[in-house]
Amino acid sequence: MTRFNAAELLAVIAARQLRDDTAVFAGVGVPLLAAALAKRRHAPRLTMVIEGGIIGPQIAPGRLPVSTNEMRAAHRATMLPGITDAFLFAQRGFVDVGFMGGAQIDQYGNINTSVLGPDYWHPKVRLPGTGGANDIASLCREVIIVTPHEKRRFVERVDFVTSPAWLRGDGARRAAGLLFGGVSRVVTTLGILGFEPDSKRMRIEATHPGVSADVIRQNTGFALLEAAQIETTEPPSDDELEMLRSLDPERRFLG
Amino acid sequence: MGDPDLNPAEYDFIAARRRVEAKPKSAGEKLTSLEEAVGRVKDGDHLSVGGCLFSRTPLALVREVLRQRRRALTLSRNLTCTEGELLMAAGAVSRVVTAWMSIGLPWGVSKILRHYVETGAVALEEWSHLALGLRFRAGAMGVPFLPALTMLGSDLVGVGGLKTIQDPYTGETLAAVPALFPDVALIHVHRADVFGNCQIDGYPHMDADIARAATTVLVTTEEIVPEEETRRYPDRTVIPGFAVDALVHVPFGSFPHECYGLYEADYDHFAEYTAAIDARGPGAVGDYLERYVYGPPAWTDYLDLFGSERLALQAKRARELTR
Repeated sequence: MTRFNAAELLAVIAARQLRDDTAVFAGVGVPLLAAALAKRRHAPRLTMVIEGGIIGPQIAPGRLPVSTNEMRAAHRATMLPGITDAFLFAQRGFVDVGFMGGAQIDQYGNINTSVLGPDYWHPKVRLPGTGGANDIASLCREVIIVTPHEKRRFVERVDFVTSPAWLRGDGARRAAGLLFGGVSRVVTTLGILGFEPDSKRMRIEATHPGVSADVIRQNTGFALLEAAQIETTEPPSDDELEMLRSLDPERRFLG
Repeated sequence: MGDPDLNPAEYDFIAARRRVEAKPKSAGEKLTSLEEAVGRVKDGDHLSVGGCLFSRTPLALVREVLRQRRRALTLSRNLTCTEGELLMAAGAVSRVVTAWMSIGLPWGVSKILRHYVETGAVALEEWSHLALGLRFRAGAMGVPFLPALTMLGSDLVGVGGLKTIQDPYTGETLAAVPALFPDVALIHVHRADVFGNCQIDGYPHMDADIARAATTVLVTTEEIVPEEETRRYPDRTVIPGFAVDALVHVPFGSFPHECYGLYEADYDHFAEYTAAIDARGPGAVGDYLERYVYGPPAWTDYLDLFGSERLALQAKRARELTR
């Protein structure tokens, strides 16, 4: 029996990516838990920025928000600048990291949360849409994708680029006018993926304990490159798990 | 049904300015009824709805639009929630301009969104959250577009017809986010005086920009305060009376959505609503419309369906979160 589930693993590994003295754009669910965990554990001077126009909230354990635009997400915030201005802080360069998820992710880190099928106006499946994801992907200094690792999610080509990472690689992001940022890492339930510096194709950089690079490949719908050295992540510690679980006692997002 | 091209009327800043120039900018009283206020909405109008998702949604105004059986409307809202589902299911909207639509994570992808967009009954024009905010802000500023660094390189560019511009100073490529000048703004606020000077508590969302961008501004307020109260805290006023066409006093005017500090959203109601759709399909919204929209004559009759106990509980929860 494992000591933690997939959501807990994701939240702990994602939290470790955050450094002190930075600002993070976090959506509700696992990303918000990860940011809250980092702030409590190793990054006390981290600031959370939330899409609903909220800066510096102190999320109340047991009353986790289900949307980025509600009182639970604004609990004891330090500023409520409004939605447009919250994103403009990111455009100005104040937001170091953006956490993102996605229905489909391709080998260049581009994300689709809009439509499945080839025709936007006649979709096979209509998904909720970008929300602020496109803006986070465009404007934060660095983006970290946090997602369960499933073959249907990791596709060769997304049906629709809702949120741009490296587009088709080879300087395409810069050429499109996206001067800043880009996806640096993809934290999954199997390991940590990054991007080969020149081609910007996704590569395996670390595996979680007990997971092989082969298992990651088998669960990915495109050919993955490999870093020169593949690390093994440290499993979540008791201390990390305890602190994380105290944030979500109802297990609304930890399952 | 899909129209990938921008509607020039949305960003025509000259025509939009002429419309505001031509209308009365009265400092007089604005208080009226929901029926009379919403009587200004015409079939085919572009309505922009304030608040965000299930926060400070002007649901009493939306309910009255539905009761007056308007048709062929365009709805724009930054994040679209149950109000969008009701407008879709009632056949009131043909186009929705938004960044995201559903209720929230626990209730999954909206089945109403899926049904009406996948069958082609409603066209959904998607903009990024910031881009839509800048569309309202450009409208509020009276300019045709604002430069931005977002939405570039994505497939969203082709959906709404976003154009780029070369920065005349550095030569860089920028998004030229077009203004959005709606016909009518529907806004719910915490307090206003009878002249329509409006104050909002908590997160401001995009309401102040939407009110300035629209030609006609309809407001509901939780509380009517004396003029002296406005004059004592003028720094809190975010929409000036001269920009407001009609004002209606509607306590709990967003319920079951939330109003910051006053009442929390009713998650249980969302769960009941989505459970009915899960069980019986999109047709369940038709029953919901009969029970909550077309049936109860007044907003107070509508609130009776939730009961005073539920309203009091949600008010208590809001106080706990914002105290």
